[in-house]
Amino acid sequence: MKIRKAIITAAGRNQRSLPLQTFVDRDGVQRSALRILLNEAASAGVDGICVVICPGDRAAYAQAAGDLLDQLHFVEQPEPRGYGHALFCAKDFAGDEPFLHFVSDHFYVSKGAETCAAQVVKVAEAESCAVSAVQPTRENMLPLYGVVGGHREAGKQRLYGIENVMEKPTPTEAEQALIVPGLRAGHYLCYFGIHVLQPSVMGFLAEAVAANPGNIPLSPTLDRLAKTERYLALELEGSRHNLAVRYGMLNAQLALALNGNERAEVLALLVEQLAMRA
Amino acid sequence: MIHLSDLITSPQAAIRDQPLDCFCAPASASRLLAECEALEKFRQGNENLYERVRALFFLAAIYRFHLPPKLGNQPAGKISFEGHAHLLKRRFEEAIEIFLAEQRAGGPSDALSSALASAYHQLAFQTLANQVRRSVRSVRGNQWMFRLGHPADQPLRFRPELLEEGVILRESTPVRMDLSHSAWSDIFFLGMDFPEGARVLNVSIDLGVHGRDAAPKPPVEAYLRVIDEPVLRLTSVDLGATADLSDLADVFDFAKDYLGLLKAAVISSGVVPPGMEGSGESLAELLTQLVGPGRGIEIVSSVNNIPKGSRLAVSTNLLAALISLCMRATGQARSLTGPLEESERRLVAARAILGEWIGGSGGGWQDSGGIWPGIKLIEGTHAQEGDPEYGISRGRLMPRHRILGEIDAPESTRQALQNSLVLVHGGMAQNVGPILEMVTEKYLLRCEKEWTGRQEALGVLDEILASLRTGDIRALGAATTRNFSGPIQTIIPWASTFYTETLIKRVETEFGSDFWGFWMLGGMSGGGMGFMFAPARKAEAQRRLQEIMSATKRELEHALPFAMEPVVYDFAINPHGTFATLLTGGDALLPGGYYALQIPQLLRTDPRKLGPARRAELDRFGSACRTRPELGGMVQTLFDQLLPRAKTGTDRAGSLGELLEANGFDREAHEQIRADLKSGRTGLAQNRLPATTTLEDVRPEDVCDATNGLAASCRAAGMAALAAGEVGVITLAAGAGSRWTQGAGVVKALHPFCKFAGTHRTFMEVHLAKSRRISQLAGQWLPHLFTTSYLTHQPIADYLARQNNYGYEGPTLLSQGRSVGLRMVPMVRDLMFAWEEQPQQILDEQKQKMRESLHGALIGWARETGEATDYTDNLPLQCMHPVGHWYEIANLLRNGSLRDLLARQPQLRVLMLHNIDTLGADVDPALLGRHILEGAALGFEVIPRRIEDRGGGLARVNGQVRLVEGLAMPREEAEFDLSYYNTLTTWIDIDKLLAIFHLTRAELGEEEKVAAAVRALAARMPTYITLKEVKKRWGHGQEDIFPVAQFEKLWGDMSALPEVDCRFIVVPRQRGQQLKDQAQLDGWLRDGSAAYVDSICAWT
Repeated sequence: MKIRKAIITAAGRNQRSLPLQTFVDRDGVQRSALRILLNEAASAGVDGICVVICPGDRAAYAQAAGDLLDQLHFVEQPEPRGYGHALFCAKDFAGDEPFLHFVSDHFYVSKGAETCAAQVVKVAEAESCAVSAVQPTRENMLPLYGVVGGHREAGKQRLYGIENVMEKPTPTEAEQALIVPGLRAGHYLCYFGIHVLQPSVMGFLAEAVAANPGNIPLSPTLDRLAKTERYLALELEGSRHNLAVRYGMLNAQLALALNGNERAEVLALLVEQLAMRA
Repeated sequence: MIHLSDLITSPQAAIRDQPLDCFCAPASASRLLAECEALEKFRQGNENLYERVRALFFLAAIYRFHLPPKLGNQPAGKISFEGHAHLLKRRFEEAIEIFLAEQRAGGPSDALSSALASAYHQLAFQTLANQVRRSVRSVRGNQWMFRLGHPADQPLRFRPELLEEGVILRESTPVRMDLSHSAWSDIFFLGMDFPEGARVLNVSIDLGVHGRDAAPKPPVEAYLRVIDEPVLRLTSVDLGATADLSDLADVFDFAKDYLGLLKAAVISSGVVPPGMEGSGESLAELLTQLVGPGRGIEIVSSVNNIPKGSRLAVSTNLLAALISLCMRATGQARSLTGPLEESERRLVAARAILGEWIGGSGGGWQDSGGIWPGIKLIEGTHAQEGDPEYGISRGRLMPRHRILGEIDAPESTRQALQNSLVLVHGGMAQNVGPILEMVTEKYLLRCEKEWTGRQEALGVLDEILASLRTGDIRALGAATTRNFSGPIQTIIPWASTFYTETLIKRVETEFGSDFWGFWMLGGMSGGGMGFMFAPARKAEAQRRLQEIMSATKRELEHALPFAMEPVVYDFAINPHGTFATLLTGGDALLPGGYYALQIPQLLRTDPRKLGPARRAELDRFGSACRTRPELGGMVQTLFDQLLPRAKTGTDRAGSLGELLEANGFDREAHEQIRADLKSGRTGLAQNRLPATTTLEDVRPEDVCDATNGLAASCRAAGMAALAAGEVGVITLAAGAGSRWTQGAGVVKALHPFCKFAGTHRTFMEVHLAKSRRISQLAGQWLPHLFTTSYLTHQPIADYLARQNNYGYEGPTLLSQGRSVGLRMVPMVRDLMFAWEEQPQQILDEQKQKMRESLHGALIGWARETGEATDYTDNLPLQCMHPVGHWYEIANLLRNGSLRDLLARQPQLRVLMLHNIDTLGADVDPALLGRHILEGAALGFEVIPRRIEDRGGGLARVNGQVRLVEGLAMPREEAEFDLSYYNTLTTWIDIDKLLAIFHLTRAELGEEEKVAAAVRALAARMPTYITLKEVKKRWGHGQEDIFPVAQFEKLWGDMSALPEVDCRFIVVPRQRGQQLKDQAQLDGWLRDGSAAYVDSICAWT
């Protein structure tokens, strides 16, 4: 299985300006958030990237894409009908192939040389199935994430077989359906935001869209995926940073900088700030 | 050879279910001791909880029932204070270690056996309780709540639908009735140990009070909404209680107000997770996480004024309704409205169990059955691999619910059941806690009769299921009746009461073959009960049952603890289970009772300070009052709330004053006691003898040991005196049996406590039956005199007249009390002394928390009401108190009873005085003869002490042999050095007693001289201040218990007078033991004491 395509959803009505913000990336170069995310996708070896956007955002996004514009396809989500629907808008782009998918309001910072997206794609290609990146997360963060329940894959490090998926479960539900043996008490596998999905997902989404004229979340479809085909979770060596929360952009910038080439310089700046405060 | 551990571990049911009694009966004392030693090692090294618990119950039973009779007559043993102190602190293992070491060193004794039995018994229940607690906490879906300690960690959020203004979520829940009576198989311990035998037929019903409510409806309602103040506002409409909680600690303070159940629901639903207890964090921050900054939550409960103690699990279903509401609101249940899904019901039920544990109460696992619809069979299930219980107990904590469909219970059957069954509340309220413990113990010991009874009850359940299938309600009634008269009473004889049996008899007489059956609900009868009739007569039966119950209650209200007037219900089977509705717009109103409670308070608030949401709500309520018929009387209700009528207390105070006047209340002495209390001259600490007192155990020569029998000459002398008519009996019957009914104020003498010869007998009847037997033996009728008090005199006189003195042919006389005291609000100093300085039995973790919280509230009550002020806020009879049994003897002189008795029977020389609860005391000819031959003034009977005998004993006090009251012990541990316990039974030489008063027989007619003599001696008697529990009843079957201060002079202190010639006789335990607490009854029956009493009675 070879992953050649990536889909980035950026159609959230409240977050449409986030990908346009400027950051300094790990190499010390000023880039738009979108450009940094496109780099992440490109690092996984894909040669076509689709960005799902709000109607009217194409020009701004095209500008923010910089030199990677040639690889980009834009698809508009005509009306705000949820995350699952946004992804479904890219079904023609995906065609009959598996695809890499992530959202546009997060940065993913790998601990090693291999990017987060590359780690997920590598495993998906090796295992020939859908793979979602996850991170063990304390139960108090459950209202923020999709959560998977399952079991460790025998003999494979950091890999889990997914049995259930729930979106923002209560801890009560999580404890009943999402406990993964081997994790610390009160910790669950929450989505990291990067997935490699099979084309069947688009089929499930099509059914959901046809059946429901309203909001289409993604988690029920992923739950269905888990119950119909092999679907793995990969515990990533990296961190995710939500740009949309308070101080999210500051935090994301610091994470990039402290994991990049100019770590010493940024640390010095921070120490100076702290010293001045004292 | 089979060992006791085989009875526990054998894979063969025939061995495992062998009764302990059968094993022990033929075994010698040494064999039993060897088995106990082996069993002790077995349980210590055993990991299996089920086996450990059974071993503990075996050990408790052997030391309590089997070993003591086989020890023979031995010198009285002692129990170390150190071991006792460990017991009080619930350090049972340490206590057992100490008692066993003493047994190894000094050999077994009756006293040590009692201590070991108590320690093993308590450890067994503690182990079971820990097991249930662990299971409750480890149920998946409950665990996370114990991990949260900070508001920022709260992962729950309210659903957006509820964050909109003017929206209320309402949960309506039926209650449940147990159609089979499950033979208590829904006790958690049983369900978890014997899942195959835990089966209950449980019906969800709507309820209404017959004649009051238009139609039955789900009686339990709970409401929830988000408010614009950062507080947790809780209101119980039925209890008239409301509170705004802004401090997290108050959420965990259960006894502070009447809102404990609502608090338990808030905690066990995870809104305020139990892990936050004691964290010191901010409630407002927690609320911010849940509903947003500056906002709070309001929860309101209502049970449509269904009286407490209905045995319909109203409180558990209310708890479940509140939990369901909170879980819906926070997304823990997916269904915001409508019924719950099966998985959600199970979770709510599990949380209700958790809530009951958190709130320090306990119910059965079927109690939250109201959240399921219709009729269901609830059964225990075996624990499987993966269950938290697996490997620990045989069964799961949570049972399985199977809702009966059209085949198992057709609609026609449901209708037929509704057409036949009359549900009632008989008005009695009793503590069923001891009964549940008895059931558990008997099951684990596989007591033969009870075990067979349990199997029978399972058969009856199958019959009832078959009747439901065929729609044969008559057969169903026959089965429930047989269940009540057979298995239920075989397992627990105390489940039936004289009241219940009288009702059944009267209904049978009146309705004949149209009365199809009786059915007992819940822990014991007298409260919730069912009567089945031919459908054509149901309406008549409803009317007549109300009349029959009310009339029977009036006859027995002094003899049994009634909490309320009996009630007949209307009911209907509920097909939905718990059901939620989202109220919006003009419908978004809380129950009318809520506004009756809140509006007077709001009217006193500056209108400008009312938030817009409150103002809008008041508008809605105002227009609803004008249009909705069910709110028709609200204006009048509000008016009454705002301008309460003159307090009925005026009448109450008036009648209290009259009663005090009529009963010889001494205002001067009362004021003196008040002044002494306030100044600290008297009080609990001042009851004690000076610390410098030398207090030692008596020596063998100080007592006469009659446990091995007395010389034939004694018996001959006694028989001669009896035949000559020289002896009379005095039974002290002035008391209200505070411990017997926890301060309910019943006349203990008239309490039909136990069946003898197939009939319930009162204490009084037992005493007369003993006198009858001795009289028949002597050929001369003994005069039998009962001392009474303001509380007991008239009821006893009426009862004796109605019963024609129970057919007693000898003189039956009453000596009316002439002394009465007025209870006072206790001093905080004394409450602290009783609760903090004196050793207290520590309770199970949650119950202890409840008790400490309650103590805090009661100390606040004493301060607010005024220390040492008169206690008048109750029924007049509950405000007065008898002033101790010393006065009961003095009254014999003052009221002329003794004078009249001597006039009637001048040859009378000796009186035997005993307490109402000393059931084994009779005029034993040998003891009587011994007393006469010795020629002493007073002969006190004592018994070898056991661990439960607390409250003084026989001692050498500064060298003088005398009785010492427990209140007067200079040090707590001093009592444990004493070998003998005072039974109070006293042989009195009449002339020598009169001499102590400086009186003669002839002077008994001189009223003033007698009064002066009594006053003079009274002044030499110590006055003790005591705290007594008194019940205050209110609302619909609600009861509060208050500690009140009163004073007493006690008869045993006569032995301290140096001029009085006293002797002390050690008598067998069965003769001397007192029955003070209902929880003693079962042991008393099992250890042969009841049979002994029966053997010394002659019944008519």
